[in-house]
Amino acid sequence: MLELLRQAWTVARKDLLLEFRTRTAIVSAVVFTALVLTVFNFGRDPTAVSVIDLGPTILWVTFTFAAMLALNRAFQLELENQALEGLLVSPVSRTSLYWGKLLANLAFVAVVESVGLPLFVLFFNVPVGRVLLPLVGVIALATLGFVAVGTLFSALVIRTRFAELLLVVLLLPFLVPPLIAAVQVTARLLGGRPLSEAVGYLKLLAAYDIVFVSLASLLFRFTVDE
Amino acid sequence: MLLADGLRHTFGGGRVVALDGISFSLAPGRTLAIFGPNGAGKTTLLKVLAGLIRPQAGSARVDGGRRAIGWIGHQSHLYGHLTVRENLLFWGSLYGLDAARRSARAADVLARLDLSDRADQPVWSLSRGLLQRAAIAKALVHDPTVLLLDEPFTGLDLAAAEQLRALLGELRGGGGGGGGGGRTLVLATHNVDEGVELATDVAFQRRGRFVHFAPRGTRSAAEVAAAYRRATADA
Repeated sequence: MLELLRQAWTVARKDLLLEFRTRTAIVSAVVFTALVLTVFNFGRDPTAVSVIDLGPTILWVTFTFAAMLALNRAFQLELENQALEGLLVSPVSRTSLYWGKLLANLAFVAVVESVGLPLFVLFFNVPVGRVLLPLVGVIALATLGFVAVGTLFSALVIRTRFAELLLVVLLLPFLVPPLIAAVQVTARLLGGRPLSEAVGYLKLLAAYDIVFVSLASLLFRFTVDE
Repeated sequence: MLLADGLRHTFGGGRVVALDGISFSLAPGRTLAIFGPNGAGKTTLLKVLAGLIRPQAGSARVDGGRRAIGWIGHQSHLYGHLTVRENLLFWGSLYGLDAARRSARAADVLARLDLSDRADQPVWSLSRGLLQRAAIAKALVHDPTVLLLDEPFTGLDLAAAEQLRALLGELRGGGGGGGGGGRTLVLATHNVDEGVELATDVAFQRRGRFVHFAPRGTRSAAEVAAAYRRATADA
């Protein structure tokens, strides 16, 4: 188990170092997040729908599409000089490889979300002070689920033509359950409702995470092995 | 020790036969040079030996498993935005070398491949020949006992190719690298002149079959080339 985690960390650290060196994907995702929130801010009629009703949907749609940029780049890195082939010849286990990619993707998406959330608060004037901790918890819970599925699918489509488009088409249907749950919990938190009202959705998010992290860890090797 | 037993593999639902019942074994210190035209199945054979492709029939075994294999494919497997040294340290870490050992191994292979002065240069800035040398350094960093080389001389100038031949000869004999005994080398190329001097055993592959497999003995490159032409013409 320790060896598995050590290998996963080695892969994740390499991915993060590469992203730190190039900064192309992270800058694109952050700019994308800022642009989408700006467009929604100026494109909505504040007298028609209240921020508390519309805000959670905007927040989660923004996070979802920004995360797609991260997921697309996860295995693109490995196409350069066919590094993926080298990884598959090496003794690194497929589970370690998946967990390494998952870790790097989670870090990447967390950075995007940590920029997106303050911008959301700024643009939409949403009071998050009292619910910041539970809100961060919900974001973490939902992000883990959809990044777990997205990491698996990004490996699946990487050798196909139109990989970037295919990833979105394959992934979005799988994101519906965590997105619904995340939007509902966020709406209740921002509306000042007690967290106990959202226990069902929180359980759904937790179950989704457990099921899809486990399933993706098991299925990953079928996506990369010839 | 490397063992292949009845390897068979096809692509395109059986339309393209890449491997058709290939069997051989190779002891430590031996170098098998596989010659064959493009599409003969040489790369598929090496990929099966490396564990990249699971054959549809037969089996391949390398003593020591994946950790024992050094693989040089058509591409370098190096990350362009990392330096040569960072790449070597990353691959060394994946092969389970501790920090001190991978630093020492990286320094050693960089020196042996005359890359020490390029160690802190990003890989994207290397020329084709330097990139190939860096790829070889990557394949050697974990001190493998079996080296699988697919067209390793591609992109090298005459001096670099000669240097690589000398290095491979040294590796086969167990000279340096801390590996102790000799290594097993399998070298695939379509050019008989490349690598024939290194070979202790020679195979000619055509349409997924070994049409000739024998020790090279005292045969010269010209004699091997003539035998290759005869064998591939007759097959």
